[in-house]
Amino acid sequence: MSEPGFTPDEMMTIAASRALKNDDVCFVGIGAPSAACNVARLTHAPDITLIYESGTIGTAPDVLPLSIGDGELCDTAVTTVSVPEMFRYWLQGGRITIGFLGAAQLDRFGNINTTVIGDYQAPKTRLPGGGGAPEIAAASGEIFITMKQSLRGMVEKIDFYTSFGHGDGGDHRERLGIDTKGPTMLITDLAIWRPEPESNEFAVVSLHPGVSRDDVQANCGWTVKFADNIEETPPPTDLELQTLRDLKARTKAAH
Amino acid sequence: MATFQSLPDAVSENLHDGDTVAFEGFTHLIPHAAAHEVIRQGITDLTVVRMTPDVIYDQLIGVGLVKKMIFSYAGNPGVGLLRRMRDAVEKGWPRTLELEEHSHAAMANAYEAGAAGLPLAVLRGYRGVDYSKVNDNIKSITCPFSGETLAAVPSVQPDVTFIHAQKADRKGNVLIEGILGVQKEAVLAARRSVVTVEEIVDDLDAHPNACLLPHWTVTAICTVPGGAHPSYAHGYYVRDNANYIAWDRISSDRDTFLAWMDEHVINATPQEFAGRVEELRTQA
Repeated sequence: MSEPGFTPDEMMTIAASRALKNDDVCFVGIGAPSAACNVARLTHAPDITLIYESGTIGTAPDVLPLSIGDGELCDTAVTTVSVPEMFRYWLQGGRITIGFLGAAQLDRFGNINTTVIGDYQAPKTRLPGGGGAPEIAAASGEIFITMKQSLRGMVEKIDFYTSFGHGDGGDHRERLGIDTKGPTMLITDLAIWRPEPESNEFAVVSLHPGVSRDDVQANCGWTVKFADNIEETPPPTDLELQTLRDLKARTKAAH
Repeated sequence: MATFQSLPDAVSENLHDGDTVAFEGFTHLIPHAAAHEVIRQGITDLTVVRMTPDVIYDQLIGVGLVKKMIFSYAGNPGVGLLRRMRDAVEKGWPRTLELEEHSHAAMANAYEAGAAGLPLAVLRGYRGVDYSKVNDNIKSITCPFSGETLAAVPSVQPDVTFIHAQKADRKGNVLIEGILGVQKEAVLAARRSVVTVEEIVDDLDAHPNACLLPHWTVTAICTVPGGAHPSYAHGYYVRDNANYIAWDRISSDRDTFLAWMDEHVINATPQEFAGRVEELRTQA
């Protein structure tokens, strides 16, 4: 078999970018989500509204920001509001259609931990914490999650609920009075996952080119569910790949 | 009425051992020079507040001046974790660190409530998550009109807030432009405030709706060009991303950290910040 001509990381970012629509208003997490959202903007979704928690609304950076508050985000934004306004009027006010998050630890129901590994009072690893994510996860219309698969990252039980996904599954969100959809898509470097209708447990719906079911299971800490009809993720187009690589090259030169 | 004075004088007159202090800035306009002056003066047992504690909080914690931190995201943005803070939390070095952890939404609301003179902030937050299990300051409240259960947190009202801004006029009115963060709220919520600025001008030339702090809301103003470095001042100099990346290595080892602090903070002055941003000005 010949080399695919793209890396698993590139496939992940591009698959994630395809999930976004031109009319979305997207609250962008830093890291992998930021790359995916900007590839979407530079390809099929030129009018997408990207919002970073630093208060920049409708931003269109030429390079990927290192932080959520790089000057580039403000320079290219439609408007920049204060952080209290960002969280009150725009997020809590229900104006965000997609919240795009990364995760350090994730479980099968899309609950996310970015707070601690181990016990909170005596942690093995103290992580940065949730930042905007707890309320992004609850207040955005729906949530996309993107992360590289690993046994350490995709676990049976997360150590701390930083952001609520589907809780214990089923109608747990509804029972807590949360009326948004929660996680509706997980894009990893190996596959695309969606929650199953009743249980809300993530199941693989599409494998990236060259990836087997065993590969997905070998890099996931819970027993993986596979949908009845599994598709193969279309490989990156030349335009998608070129856009992503140009963006990364500009970013590398800038930082 | 704002007093124009040197940064060492402003720090020693306004901040005392045991105070609750915020050095605010959301990636942009982080008051590095002010925090370094606090470190030089060794003002200790501080409760530090910040939505996004980053390098200066890592430094304050690493030299042992911090008793407690109230925060919502502690990281080196885009680079990784705060290694001095981790050492304090995980190993108690150089002292143990008490944490009061919130989400950004709660912290932003708490500052706003502080500025508004309210005892608490109310938000639709923390639903389904574990924060309230580890933070007794997260409670719930029932809306008397709708019956909805909402989250409540105490307002933040620091003894002192430090911020960095682009400019002040000769009366002491302060202008902030670009990414605003929660600096206006943090100043209005505090009992005292110290603002470092890039320059003093005759006329702020501000848009009618600009983010402006009238001189009578600010305690002290200190001219410190480059005082946000390695953070940035929109329109003056860009963020020194390479410096943030370098911090990851410097902070990874206790001795390397202490040696770096000696050279760049303990034995340095506020005047040195101007030179640090010289090359970053051309890109702004």
